[in-house]
Amino acid sequence: MSFPWANEYKPSHPLMQWMDEKLPLPRFVYNAVGAGYPVPRNLNYAWNFGVLAGFCLALQIVTGVILAMHYAANTGVAFDSVEHIMRDVNWGWMLRYAHANGASAFFVVVYVHIFRGFFYGSYKAPREMIWLLGVVIFLLMMATAFMGYVLPWGQMSFWGAQVITGLFSAIPLVGDPLHTWLLGGFAPDNAALNRFFSLHFLLPFVIAGVVILHIWALHIPGSSNPTGVEVKQESDTVPFHPYYTAKDGFGLGVFLIGYCALLFFFPNALGHPDNYIPANPMQTPAHIVPEWYFWPFYAILRAFTQDFLFIPAKLMGVLAMFSAILVWFFLPWLDRSPVRSGHFRPTFRKFYYALIVDALVLGYCGGSPAEEPFVMISQIAAIYYFAHFLIILPIVSAIERPDPLPFSITEAVLGSDETAPAAA
Amino acid sequence: MIRIISILVGAFFSLALLWSVGKGAVSYVTEPPKETVEHAFHLAPKEVEFESDGAFGKFDNQQLQRGFKVYKEVCSACHALKLVAFRDLKAIGYNDDEVKAIAKGFQVPAYNKNTGEVVTKEGVAADHFPPVLYAGQGTPPDLSLIAKARHEGPEYVYSLLTGYQEQPAELLKKFPDAKTPEGLHYNPYFANLNLAMPQPLTADDQVTYTDGTKATVDQMSKDVAAFLIWTAEPKLDKRKQTGWAVLGFLLFATVLAYMAYRNVWAEKKGH
Ligand code: HEC
Ligand code: HEM
Repeated sequence: MSFPWANEYKPSHPLMQWMDEKLPLPRFVYNAVGAGYPVPRNLNYAWNFGVLAGFCLALQIVTGVILAMHYAANTGVAFDSVEHIMRDVNWGWMLRYAHANGASAFFVVVYVHIFRGFFYGSYKAPREMIWLLGVVIFLLMMATAFMGYVLPWGQMSFWGAQVITGLFSAIPLVGDPLHTWLLGGFAPDNAALNRFFSLHFLLPFVIAGVVILHIWALHIPGSSNPTGVEVKQESDTVPFHPYYTAKDGFGLGVFLIGYCALLFFFPNALGHPDNYIPANPMQTPAHIVPEWYFWPFYAILRAFTQDFLFIPAKLMGVLAMFSAILVWFFLPWLDRSPVRSGHFRPTFRKFYYALIVDALVLGYCGGSPAEEPFVMISQIAAIYYFAHFLIILPIVSAIERPDPLPFSITEAVLGSDETAPAAA
Repeated sequence: MIRIISILVGAFFSLALLWSVGKGAVSYVTEPPKETVEHAFHLAPKEVEFESDGAFGKFDNQQLQRGFKVYKEVCSACHALKLVAFRDLKAIGYNDDEVKAIAKGFQVPAYNKNTGEVVTKEGVAADHFPPVLYAGQGTPPDLSLIAKARHEGPEYVYSLLTGYQEQPAELLKKFPDAKTPEGLHYNPYFANLNLAMPQPLTADDQVTYTDGTKATVDQMSKDVAAFLIWTAEPKLDKRKQTGWAVLGFLLFATVLAYMAYRNVWAEKKGH
């Protein structure tokens, strides 16, 4: 589906005409990311991050597949096989650092992408399905990254796996058998490492599949835009190619500069030194912390220190940690404001900025040891987190008075739109 | 309806958290956490500069060779270096003959093909540094990755080697139970302050340097720390070199991409 004024694919070369009759793949590409896809003309750089996320996924798959040719998923040799990649495989150090830092870059990009959605109300009708699929992708990414981090079989790999799989044992009745079944044992060992490797290899391709659905769903209403006013007419749009291929190309260059600076000059800055110590089930590290992109959720997990209404603290923490992401699924129905963009929602905007600060505070606490004052700060920050989505958004969206919207994207960009009704 | 449920769920989590905050605050006041001896006396690593620091830093082979000498003559009595092969030493400036001679100086594990017995043999260039039998107190870790396996690893190694001292009287006054146990050694740079490793570098000229550098304890500590950066990250020089080439190319490509972008959008107002 697209707008009636979309350019039509007209192959001039006979070979391409032949191809178009047999398998219209070029037509498909033309309509998906080519000149046949009209896009709002006023997208800012926040709209670049979807393309960047797709790039990161491709990067992880390419580097990951090559790493997998040299990696050995066996607890006896996994650690040394990673060091073999670092030392003996040609350009192995670059592949491994590209993959490990690629995961971080991927999460940076996806977090910006998600917070773009929060601000511009991208989750609202008619784009709920795009949003829901996005949350599924995020959950799959978290599972993939968690299992990937276990593969080098360092101290943090082992103890991270121990802590996170241990969460399942908090589930009443079935918890312990479920935990043992998931791990294939009572603690992470060879069985767990092997299944994690298998799933870590598989899930990125599942993600790629869901990404296709995500983009398919996007192409039905088309992209939203910073004003949140829907496209009305041809002058509101430009063809994706060359306008956004050029803009996204520049954005990709800027992204790559930052990513490569990290990869080549600070490749271990985001990692934990303990993961350069081979896994040792007999020796617990002083502080067990996950990778940075899990810190906000880890802080929420640890914030529940007391049993509540006969629910054990650990179970509360697990429920809350999963709920922290699951609430995103309900967002389209919790925020009832008819206005999408935060630009025109003065009250919402203040809470949005508070949410950013809150997420950063949670992240900082999640990476810190579980002692005061971090525990108390994360408890208060977690209250705000849940209150923001579950209490504040439903209420604010019902009572807030939004600012006046422009008539159209054209008016927002050019200052006037001749199709607008005179002096409203 | 969904919003009422949502507000109830939000209230549920908030109350559970408030309950945790409240109970936590009460116990914080009634039993304030005690300061631990590690908290009071542990020190962050000293500031030291290494040739390989920073985006422009490169290994200094002279220093790496001195550091290797310190490892070989002192540390190798207790610590293995199993991820490093003798032939890797060519990267820090030894030639084939020197590498062969170094390898010969180590006994590496092997097995007798006829009897199946485990034996040792003289090392060859392709062998890795052998495991070390250690009978004393504690477990000396393999040093191959130590510079990446500790926060500020290189500075930490240097600080640890130069940080041995008497246990401060003040410490014993404040924490009378924290006396360094028999057989351990006080070192404020070590996480729990007392470690099993006896001070390995104790006197100037413990290792004989042949390049004219004065072998002070400080210098030897720095050199061996530099050597351990290399064992942990032998591809460091190549990584940075590649990084500059890649960044140069990307900068160029991004400027081009920017110009293309301006050009494409030139006739569209207000972007
Ligand atoms: C007499 C044997 C011995 C010698 C010689 C020795 N070490 Fe150690 N080293 C140990 C032992 C034992 C430990 C374990 C200490 C502990 O865990 O309490 C250790 C631990 C270490 C650690 C790790 C500390 C930590 O954070 O866990 C480093 C780094 C280290 N040694 C460096 C060196 C260097 C460099 C040299 C050579 C200059 C050296 N050692 C010489 C016995 C030795
Ligand atoms: C969604 C995409 C992916 C993410 C977020 C991701 C994340 C990670 C992370 C965080 C690690 C640990 C890095 C380290 O500390 O070394 C890792 C390791 C690994 N990944 Fe992935 N990965 C992804 C895709 C893939 C794919 C597609 C493959 C292969 C088909 C793959 C293969 C591997 C291998 C073999 C390792 C272990 C080697 C190593 O430790 O460097 N990954 N991954």
